[in-house]
Amino acid sequence: MRNLKRFRYLAVLLALALAVSSCGSDSDEAAVADCELNQVDGDLALYNWAEYIDEEQLAEFATEYGISATMDVYDSNEAMQPIISAGNSGYDVIVPSDYMVSILIADKKVQKLNSDAIPNAENISADFSGLYYDPSGEYTVPYQWGTTGIGVNTAVVGKDFPRSWGLIFDPSISGAFDGKIQLLNDPRETMGAALKYLGYSLNTTDKGELDKAKDLVSSTADRLAAFNTDSADEFLTSGETVIGHGYSGDMFVQFLETDNPEDYVYFVPEEGGTRWIDNMGIPFDAPHPCTAHTFINWLLGGDQGAALSNWNYYGTPNDAAVAGLDEDLLDFVNDPELLAGGVDSLEEIEDTGDFEINYADAFVEAKG
Amino acid sequence: MSTSVEPRGWAKAALHVNGWFVYMFFYAPIVLLVIYSFSNSRNVGTWGGFTLDWYRDFFDSSNARGALSNSVKIAIFSTIISVALGTMAALSLERFTFRGKKVFDALLYLPIIIPDVTMAVMMLLFFGEFFDVLDALFGLGLRKGFWSISISHIAFNISFVSVVVRARLAGMDTDLEEAAIDLYASRWKAFRYVTFPQIVPGIAGGALLAMTLSLDDVVITQFVAGPGWTTLPVYVFGLIRKGVTPLINAVSVTMLVVSMLLVVLSIVAQRVRRSG
Repeated sequence: MRNLKRFRYLAVLLALALAVSSCGSDSDEAAVADCELNQVDGDLALYNWAEYIDEEQLAEFATEYGISATMDVYDSNEAMQPIISAGNSGYDVIVPSDYMVSILIADKKVQKLNSDAIPNAENISADFSGLYYDPSGEYTVPYQWGTTGIGVNTAVVGKDFPRSWGLIFDPSISGAFDGKIQLLNDPRETMGAALKYLGYSLNTTDKGELDKAKDLVSSTADRLAAFNTDSADEFLTSGETVIGHGYSGDMFVQFLETDNPEDYVYFVPEEGGTRWIDNMGIPFDAPHPCTAHTFINWLLGGDQGAALSNWNYYGTPNDAAVAGLDEDLLDFVNDPELLAGGVDSLEEIEDTGDFEINYADAFVEAKG
Repeated sequence: MSTSVEPRGWAKAALHVNGWFVYMFFYAPIVLLVIYSFSNSRNVGTWGGFTLDWYRDFFDSSNARGALSNSVKIAIFSTIISVALGTMAALSLERFTFRGKKVFDALLYLPIIIPDVTMAVMMLLFFGEFFDVLDALFGLGLRKGFWSISISHIAFNISFVSVVVRARLAGMDTDLEEAAIDLYASRWKAFRYVTFPQIVPGIAGGALLAMTLSLDDVVITQFVAGPGWTTLPVYVFGLIRKGVTPLINAVSVTMLVVSMLLVVLSIVAQRVRRSG
């Protein structure tokens, strides 16, 4: 009996505490952190993709501001999201990709940024304004970005080829290289490439357009070496393929590993392609929001932005950083044909909701 | 042992072949993993000449070294606690009767049965809410980290340890214990000098299992880790996204060597006990 009483008491206490704690988080959701420029209010806990920032760069930040900085890593947006959403994660800065930002904003799991504490946001290129997932940039700033396009071994294919998805899909252009072409093993990326070649949006929810893309991929399947995602860049440099569909950063890293990087070209076709953007945001319950603002502002500086890209080879959204990029990386980045159709031809992959299953089905059918 | 029958003819040959197949199945991937950890090529699977660079990269990286030391600290701590609690649970279930024993018995298996990811989400929500409550009541600014990971590992390791120790206890005669008590040994003394020495191999086995499980766990750890407490398996998992380079082989080989050392140590420890 006494036990039961004590148990009841505990239950009431628990319910009360839950109510109190949830009240607290409701009331301050709209406010931005009250932080001054360069203010630090504790150590930095960064939650980031693995190998996405040089640990020495992180240490430099820590020394400069007299705090300590730790980084923990995740391997997918989906692994990070529940940990942030559950609360009490203890992280100050997270690096979610585009579509995950919209989910986190909708769930109120990232806080609004205090723009007064991040003046370096003006370094961000105009190409990154009005993004679909955070149109006014209230919640996040871009961290790094990249594209999906085509890598070519010019020692075999030559330098005279159209900068078009036709290089993969049109046998009259690349028929000579049948069996040496590769497409990504990813429904959205590969169906997206076909959709772009046909002149549609890669986020289409039109069944007819998707069917045409399916037929196109299906007719190309026999001419491929493989549908492969993990080794697209390695196939290209090992000679297994000469035309490969893959991610910009991976391609650059792989090209620069070879003895003759000038033999390789990477570009996004003139019809357009996929762009992904990873972003910095601050979790709703970050223990040190001011340190977080200061870190974001610091990383958006020209030198730091350049150091970031020179280390991870991904694209910088930072105009002030471009001048500081390493020469070998600049060769690729400054290729006038890198984005053959210009920035406007790029699209981020958006969540199509219930239509998503159609992409998966179409891709499975196309692969045969 | 003497009751075993020696197979003859084709049966013997088949058993031999089967044995080799089993060993090959187990060890061929491990041998390949070790070989390619010394390959001087970014691509796993292409041999690019001998190098120790990947091991150097691993030990040069403060992230990797930090992850390794996190893993070891958590493994040691959670093993000690779960061995103590698991052994007690095993003893109470095997030696005593009490109310609710059947329920307790069934519940003890739960962590073994439920999928990792279910346990991970449970733990994540538990710590999220629990810390909120403590914070609201006492103003403690608790963060996930060493304690949340250790508690989670202890939570699933208790079950494994108690299963192993119970198996040992079940195969043990209670006569010796009763004889000791008949000869005026206190319950504690009977345990200390009669029962305990006999179940030590079971406890050692349970401890090794617990330590291995703790060192290997990815799913649960990833969900309950906090700032600064990335463990080695979680770190390796993160690396894979950047493409599988022999760095991952080097890390894996290091983990393999550590696990094998643990096994060898436990065998040596048991030998010493027997001869000493």
